[in-house]
Amino acid sequence: MRSLAAIGVFALLIALVPAMVDSGYLLNAIIMTLYAALLGQAWNILGGFGGLFSFGHAVFFGTGAYAMAVLQVNFGWNAWVALPAAMVLGGAVGGFIGALSFRYGLRGSYFALVTLAFAEVFRVLANTFQFTGAGVGLMVPLKESALNMQFGKTGFLYLILSFLIAAQLVAWWIRHSRFGAWLQAVRDNEESASALGVDVFRVKMLAIVMAGMLMACGGAFYVQYLHYIDPHLAFGASVSVQALMAAIVGGIGSVWGPLVGAAALQLLGELTRNLMGDAPGINLIVYGVVLVLMVNFMPRGIVGLATRWKR
Amino acid sequence: MILQVRNISRSFGGLKAVQDVSLSVREGSISALIGPNGAGKTTLFAILSGFIKPDGGSVLFKGKDITGMPPHRICRLGMTRTFQLVQPFAAQTVRENIAVGAHLGIASRKAALAKAEEVARQVGLEEQLHKPAIDLTIAGRKRLELARAIATEPRLLLLDEVLAGLNPQEINEMLPVIRGIRDAGVTVLMIEHVMQAVMSLSEHARVLNNGSLIAEGAPVDIASNPLVIEAYLGHGTAERLRKAMEAAGAA
Ligand SMILES: Nc1ncnc2c1ncn2[C@@H]1O[C@H](COP(=O)(O)OP(=O)(O)O)[C@@H](O)[C@H]1O
Ligand SMILES: [Mg+2]
Repeated sequence: MRSLAAIGVFALLIALVPAMVDSGYLLNAIIMTLYAALLGQAWNILGGFGGLFSFGHAVFFGTGAYAMAVLQVNFGWNAWVALPAAMVLGGAVGGFIGALSFRYGLRGSYFALVTLAFAEVFRVLANTFQFTGAGVGLMVPLKESALNMQFGKTGFLYLILSFLIAAQLVAWWIRHSRFGAWLQAVRDNEESASALGVDVFRVKMLAIVMAGMLMACGGAFYVQYLHYIDPHLAFGASVSVQALMAAIVGGIGSVWGPLVGAAALQLLGELTRNLMGDAPGINLIVYGVVLVLMVNFMPRGIVGLATRWKR
Repeated sequence: MILQVRNISRSFGGLKAVQDVSLSVREGSISALIGPNGAGKTTLFAILSGFIKPDGGSVLFKGKDITGMPPHRICRLGMTRTFQLVQPFAAQTVRENIAVGAHLGIASRKAALAKAEEVARQVGLEEQLHKPAIDLTIAGRKRLELARAIATEPRLLLLDEVLAGLNPQEINEMLPVIRGIRDAGVTVLMIEHVMQAVMSLSEHARVLNNGSLIAEGAPVDIASNPLVIEAYLGHGTAERLRKAMEAAGAA
């Protein structure tokens, strides 16, 4: 229960930020951190708790982003109605990829490659179809109003905070439920898990559907916040990398890992920008170096290091 | 009969790992399956528990045909196995490991963890509850394997060499644990190489060799069956059996 209270305290602290900070730059940095933490948690639920490493989480992100944009622009849906639809679609794509992969017991790098391939196929499709705006992408017209889910910085901070809190609660539930025990059992040893009565296929399916929904939620937020989506932003590798980086740097399989990782990466990003300027690709190089270092020397991430010190 | 196995066969390529095996297990008993390495014992267990599909034959559990059912469904019906090569959830604690088994019948996390502690006491792991499974000794891991299986509350438990790799003292500590499981109402079918254990625990034993059942009966009769000893188990085993019998007789 203390861990649940921690989520409440965190929500409260962030909720107080706008009262104390009025730098738009800082608010934006916090919003982007919470957003990256949401993507990281969507990755963590499948990769951290389930041991199913995805290289293509962009497929869920892009599905959510495009659903949000297409439903509003082409069909005139209200954003608040489009959001749950976008999440359901993200979950459905998760279910589809899961059914194909898990039916044949794909794991490890095979599963990672399948997710990557799906993201790439979706990118090509988005580039082709007229209703997604093809290569030009889609612009969501600016009509700032809570009714349209379009806010100022403060409003968006509250929006992404509530999305992240929902994701944190899902992670907390996984950590403290039978489903979570089953998911972690499947991650650690599939044979043992099934000998103990765990329906391995079903457990993995549920995990990928939840991951897909949360990642689609991140995509939907992106569209609302930046008003624009194109095939590369939606389904390109950088969103997939952003999601897995936050989880791996922070510590996979832990409730707070993705948030800690997202904050660390945000700081690192500010630092490199200050030291080396905005040279294109510099952040990718830094990401790569950090990832190699983390995987080799801190496989349990920052959170893992902290708990080791505590002992 | 809680378990009836009828004419089960399974080949791997040209190798006939299990050939036309039929046997039945009486409810409430401890019985043994013995035989030299490579005889097909583990393969037979894998078929019974749903991990491997047989080429032919059928498995009836509590009168229900379960042939070809996946392992988790067979477990839910009340039959589970342990693994000869122990397979713990390495990163998780002993308590969390056992709780996975307990969750079969218990939805609440708290209740499952409480049940895990109770089962740990039953197998003598109560001192290690908070250790990661990977930090356990071999003997500890074997107990954990047993504990997780018991936590599912099976009607029939298949034990694949739970005594292998233990020293004589550890074996002597395990025997009452296994007897206790049976006394709690669980039928036990065990693969075992430790003859002393077979003698002292089981009332019925079967011998598998090259995939076929070649003898069946009271352990003492099997141990003295010259056909079994000389033709299938070899001279070394014959000696071990005689010693074990003397030890059992003396006890
Ligand atoms: N999955 C498999 N693929 C190929 N051969 C196997 C497989 N599993 C077992 N075998 C072979 O089947 C035979 C029986 O093995 P096993 O059932 O493990 O014997 P036991 O448990 O009696 O020592 C051995 O020759 C083994 O090499
Ligand atoms: Mg074996």
